[in-house]
Formats: sequence, C-alpha cells, structure tokens
Amino acid sequence: MVAAIRRRVPAYFLLAPGTLWLIIFFVIPLYFMGKLSLDTEIPGTLHYHFTWEWSNYKEALELYDTQFFRSFEYAGIATVLCLVIGYPLAYVIAFKAGRWRNLMLFAVVAPFFTTYLVRTLAWETILSDESPVTEFLHTIGLAPGGHILATGFAVIAGITYNFLPFMILPLYASLERIDVRVLEASKDLYASASSTFWKVTLPLSLPGVVAGTLLTFIPAVGDYVNAEFLGGVNNRMIGNVIQSLYLTQSDYSAAAALSFVLMAVIMIVVFIYIRFAGSEALMGQEAT
Amino acid sequence: MSSELNSEVTMDGNQGAAAAPAAVSSVELRGVTKRFGDFTAVDDLDLTLGQGEFFTLLGPSGCGKTTTLRMIAGFERPTSGEIAIDGEDVAALPPHKRPTNTVFQSYALFPHLSVEKNVGFGLKRKGVGKDEIAERVAAELQRVGLAREANRRPSQLSGGMQQRVALARALVNLPKVLLLDEPLGALDLKLRKGLQVELKRIQREVGITFVYVTHDQEEALTMSDRIAVMNRGHVEQVSVPEEVYDRPTTTFVAGFIGVSNLMPATVSAAGKVRLDGGPEVGADTADLANGERCAAVVRPEKLTVSMNGAGPEAGRPRVEGVVESSLYLGTATQIVVNLGGDVRMTVLVPNADEAERQRLPGGGAKVSLSWAPEHMHVVRESPNGNG
Repeated sequence: MVAAIRRRVPAYFLLAPGTLWLIIFFVIPLYFMGKLSLDTEIPGTLHYHFTWEWSNYKEALELYDTQFFRSFEYAGIATVLCLVIGYPLAYVIAFKAGRWRNLMLFAVVAPFFTTYLVRTLAWETILSDESPVTEFLHTIGLAPGGHILATGFAVIAGITYNFLPFMILPLYASLERIDVRVLEASKDLYASASSTFWKVTLPLSLPGVVAGTLLTFIPAVGDYVNAEFLGGVNNRMIGNVIQSLYLTQSDYSAAAALSFVLMAVIMIVVFIYIRFAGSEALMGQEAT
Repeated sequence: MSSELNSEVTMDGNQGAAAAPAAVSSVELRGVTKRFGDFTAVDDLDLTLGQGEFFTLLGPSGCGKTTTLRMIAGFERPTSGEIAIDGEDVAALPPHKRPTNTVFQSYALFPHLSVEKNVGFGLKRKGVGKDEIAERVAAELQRVGLAREANRRPSQLSGGMQQRVALARALVNLPKVLLLDEPLGALDLKLRKGLQVELKRIQREVGITFVYVTHDQEEALTMSDRIAVMNRGHVEQVSVPEEVYDRPTTTFVAGFIGVSNLMPATVSAAGKVRLDGGPEVGADTADLANGERCAAVVRPEKLTVSMNGAGPEAGRPRVEGVVESSLYLGTATQIVVNLGGDVRMTVLVPNADEAERQRLPGGGAKVSLSWAPEHMHVVRESPNGNG
C-alpha cells in the first residue's frame, strides 16, 4: 500500500506545476467571475455585493441575443471556409510537395511572426474602399456598392484568414501520418482517385478535421478583434459586447454573465459535434 | 439420369475450355526499363510467365525485383518497354484498371475498416451486389482461417493474421495475376514456414498466376515453379528451383543460392577448364568460348578433404590449400580452406564417427581437396558483377 503510493509520488510531482498553474490562473478567476455574474452593483459606487442576481443572465441574453447568434454564424461560416481552403492545401503539402514541404509549412506558420493585431489592421487596408482588391471584387460582382469594410463579409474573411493555420496544421498532421501504401492498396483494389479520396483518405484524416474545426471554431466564436477592425456597428460579435461591457460601460456583472453563457453554449455545441461527427474519428471505432 | 449425364458433359467441356488458354502467356514483359533519374532500376527486362505459374523474382535488395512487381501492378510506369497481361497491353492502364491485385509487404490494410470490409473493398468498387460480396468475403475468410475475425479491426490482429487478411483481400477479386511483395518478410521464422506451405496450397487451389518477390533464397526454392534471379536490374537466370540450385549459370547466381564455393578458371579447350593455379579439368563448357573467364562450383557436401598428400583415388581432380577454420555444427563439421589469393572453399564433413571427427585437420594444416568430376559445374562470370 505504502509502496504503491510511493510509486505514484513522481507522477504527482510531475503534475504539480501544471495543476498549480491551472488553479491560480483558471479555477480561481473562474470562481470570482462566476460570483461576479451573480452580483448587484451598489448604485453609483462601482462596488458590488453578492445577491444571487440571476436576472443578470436574463438581461444579458435579452439585450445581446443578436450578437450572440451572429458570433456563432460568423464563426461557423469561417470554420467551413477554413476547412474548404485548408484541406486541399494540407493535402498538397502532405502528399505532393516533395522537397517544398518544409518551405510550404513555414509559409503557413509565417504569419505568426507578426502580431494578430497588426495582421488584422493590414486587412483593414486591403479591404478599404480604395484598395485594388475591393475594386477587383467589385468588378466581378462580389462587392456590391464597392464596399467591403464594415460588412459581415469582411469580418468573416478576417476570421478565416487569422484562423486558417489552426485548421491546416492538424489536417496536415493527420494526412501526413497516412501510409501511402494504404492509398496504393485502394487503387490496386479498383478504386479510382476520387473514390480513394472519399473512402480512404478522408476517413483516415477525420481526426485532423475534428481537431482543426474545433481549434478554429472555439476561438473564432469569442473573437472580437476582427469585428472591431473590419466590421461595422451591424457586425458586432459577442466578444465586442463583453469587451465593451467590461472596459467601457463597466457593467461587470453583465459581462461575466455573458461570458458564462458563451462558455456553456460553446461546450454544448462542441459536445454535440464530437458526439455525432467526431466520435469515430476520435475514438477510432467504426460507427455501426 | 440423362440430365446428370448432360451436366457432366458440359463440365468436361468447360474444363477443356479453361485448360486451352494455358498456351497464352499470363504476364509478358518485353524490353522493360525503369530509370529513376540517373539510376537504372530495371534494365531491358524480358520475362514470360505461364498461366497459373508460381513465379518468383529473387535477388538482393536494390536488384529491381520490387520495381518490376510495381510496374506489373501499375504503380510505376516503365521508362520504355511493354507489359502485357493475358496478351493485352496494360502499359497505359492505371492500377485500378488492371486485372492484378497486390499483397504488400506492410499489408497496407485499411485501418478504419473491419476485416470484412477490408476484404470486400475491391468487390464493392467493382459494383458487385451486396449479397454476393457477403458470400464471397465469407468464403475467402474461411479459406484463410479468419471467419471468426470478420468484425475486428486490423489493429486487433497479430501480424500473421493481418497477412492473411491482405491475402484474402487480394484473392477474393479473382485477379488474373496476384502480386506478392515479400509478403512474409515481417513475420518470424516459424510463422513464415507455416504460411509458405499455406500460400503454396492456396495457389494450387485457385490456379491464379502468382508473382512473388523475395530476397530469401530458401523461400524461393521451396515455393516456386520457376525462379528469376535478379542482379542490378538484370535477370541472370530463369529456371526451375532444382536447376537454379544445381546448375547455376553465373557466378552471381551460384553465390546467391547457397554457399559460394567458386574457383576462378579459364576455358582451356572445348570441354575443359584450367583452374587458376590448379589442374585442367574436364567440364561441360557448352555455353562458353575458348579462353573465356569462368568459375568452377563444387557444393560443400561434395568435397573431400585429405591430409599430408594422401593421394585421392585416380581420376578425381584436386587442389591444395590451407585450413583457415574448422567449426563444429552438430551434425557436420564445416571446414574453410584457403586456396591462395581470396579463394576460399567451404567443406561440410558429416559427423558420423567421433573417432574420425577427431582426425579432421585443424587450423593451419595443409590439405588437398578433391571431388568427383561430375560434381563440378562451370558458371560464367556474371556480366553484372557479383553484387
């Protein structure tokens, strides 16, 4: 018994720094935020006291439901776009790039060398009314009225751009692991190139698809930088609302309540997604 | 009664029809060359395989045997030359349109599919009906002894079982040619031996042409109807196993099959060779020109070792040398004799009598080796080097 405990001591020891970190920087703040979301402000003082104020949640949802749903819509569309753009790229890097592979991977990661804010600000210039990109999109009919900036299109484009590497890298990792002999076996067994893709390559890369969509979708829902710089008043996302409640309006309870609702809804969506789309890919079991 | 008779007649007729095309070659390679950049993997290869033959491509790694197999499967396009299957040119066809199936060295099973779905994969792509697929898959799994594993994943099976799934997955499609790329290479010795016998049994049962790639000469000799010994992109000899073993035609084949007991020599006259630093010996030199360099082969078990100039019986050719090592192997003693230069001969002396074994020469002893003339065989210098 003692020996068994002693044998486990090194494991606990190794876990300690991570556990401590999570407690200090995640669990404790989460507790205070939860408490804050149920506080009432003492009028005119910016001081709060705890009153189990559930109406904070009700008010937050009633006031900001538009931005809430818009966040999920934008993040959803951006995630699908990332998948559609990222999958072929990851496929080419994994199977066709040859000696260009490392250079292409570097190109995928390269934007991280510039800060997120600067990159998004650059998009503000790219999508401005005077830019050639806008003019070009206008001539081919994709920018009605000659405006892109301050539209939902601009916000979604920004999110897609910013989160694309988070889609490509897990996709690449799962594609790169596929044994090319297995793909040859498929062709040997009368499968054309396209049916080899749908019956073998895609199913084997599902873990990457699931990981990539989660890594893109979850941060995208809570993002506020893209909507801040590229969107207009009608494109504000829930992140913008929370940011402004905290920093401008100083309505801490409402901001905390909204944060909690956002967290809960994301968790539910992810749970449903993994349950139905991802269980096979993640657990390695065949759906029957 | 009469209908029974009729059906018998029809069956006979069918058998006759099936036997008739045996004259057509199953696989034919004409002048096939494959280059990867500057490297020539396969050089101007000509091979003709008979219907239902167990044909082995044997050679060391890098000799071009796997590249040849992959060209028949369609994974590689020949740089030049023609490949025909059942008389039909397949050079322009991609793998999925060829009447061949492959068993890969690494098995290459689909990890996301059950054993049953792995085996049914090819039939499904060909558009075979659901019921027929189920029936044929079940029969094939029965044949390889995996009926109870139908619903398991490949990762849940042992290496030997995975190998059987790979075999069933290929055979269930009844290909015209089955291509096997070192299929037993990843298995341990005991399992290999068992599966060799099973593979041979299955091949006889289905009557499909097998093209089998291996670097294991023993495996090739056990299983094949014919063997092509390959060296640096060339075929050195194509023949039945007994012929390849007993009458190799080149120094490379002699060395690769069994122990390399080669004495360099020159053809001195028709029907005669002179061993370097040794006597002139009568031999079959039919394929060789006068003055051509060659080598004389005598198998280790056919050599007699004698000491102190004790004369051998008359008519037995002999050479002199020094014993380098003597190794007790249990049933026999292996003596290595250096004839001078780099020429070493291995002699196997059966350990029948303990007293006699004690009298065998030890290291450093001067000995002479002799053999019956009919046990010496002359091979030409391999045109492609000795690997």
